[in-house]
Amino acid sequence: MNEWLLIFFMAAVTYLPRYLPFALAGKIRLPQTLERALDYVPIAVLTAIIAQASMIRQGELDFSLTNYHALAALAAFLVAIIWRNLLLTIVVGLVCFTALRLLV
Amino acid sequence: MRSPLFMMGRCFPETYLMNYRTRQFWLGALETLPLILAAFPFGIVFGALANSNGLTFAITAGMSSMVFAGASQFIAITLLANGTALPVIVLTVFIINLRQMLYSANLMHHVAHWPRFVRAVLAFWLTDETFATVSDRINRHPEEPGLRWFYLGSALFMYSFWLFSTILGYTLGSQIPGLSDWGLDVAMIVALVGIVTPALKLRADWACAAVAFISSLLTFDWPQQSGLLFSSILAICVGMLLSRSGKTNE
Repeated sequence: MNEWLLIFFMAAVTYLPRYLPFALAGKIRLPQTLERALDYVPIAVLTAIIAQASMIRQGELDFSLTNYHALAALAAFLVAIIWRNLLLTIVVGLVCFTALRLLV
Repeated sequence: MRSPLFMMGRCFPETYLMNYRTRQFWLGALETLPLILAAFPFGIVFGALANSNGLTFAITAGMSSMVFAGASQFIAITLLANGTALPVIVLTVFIINLRQMLYSANLMHHVAHWPRFVRAVLAFWLTDETFATVSDRINRHPEEPGLRWFYLGSALFMYSFWLFSTILGYTLGSQIPGLSDWGLDVAMIVALVGIVTPALKLRADWACAAVAFISSLLTFDWPQQSGLLFSSILAICVGMLLSRSGKTNE
């Protein structure tokens, strides 16, 4: 029962931030500065997620060569710069990770 | 590189006959597919973790279908297993979801003319994956109509795959021990790399990404992922400042 209550509250605090700006769209005009700031949201947020997910292993920063997550991300980054192809980037990243895990 | 739509028309000639909205719907689904496949292992790990943490099947499926937010769900079951009080879990989830508020605000301008009902429904399905795909489309074809159908296709696909993967993970969890140690999260990392990298064009974009990267590593041990939010805002400010100084008159 307590867990259903948790789900209810979680659903509320997840939905509200998603909906609020949508609800206000057209009603309020954001200041131009803020609008330009929002242009950088995808790059800023997604890069921060990538950094933490790839460089932090077992709760600590890991710059060693045994951090295969980071090496796979680096390989994916190079592929993405050259070919700009999402599917190819994912495939190379995964192959690189699997190869490191199995071979090294 | 042929567009997915072209390839789809090649493989299924009848798609040429679909009306415009249907085509946008399937295109949205198709362009989200790489990200969905990358998120799939995450759902499996979530389901497996929920199972080993002693959550019932109904609670697990209920959480995935009603909350529908990967990071929040992970944190919630971790905190739940640690015996954290309900208000603390809810507050943590709220803070994590402020990220989605930035996404939503970013799309504001493009959804302003949608009916209120459409906005209310589509907002529920706003995830990292759908946002990345939708904002990519806005980048490439800013004026193209039918965005809401594209969004719907992306969202419904993401939603059904997320439900399916968590249920699958829950079922497999009892049979495959240690499933969560397989390093399945790497798929998500490389998928995000594939989304962000092509968006880096100007000097300001690169600076923004660099600041986000470094700052999020310096602040990773801040409580409740507040470092993530702080770094994002810092990086946004840097990007903005550089883009302003880069332009001669505005």
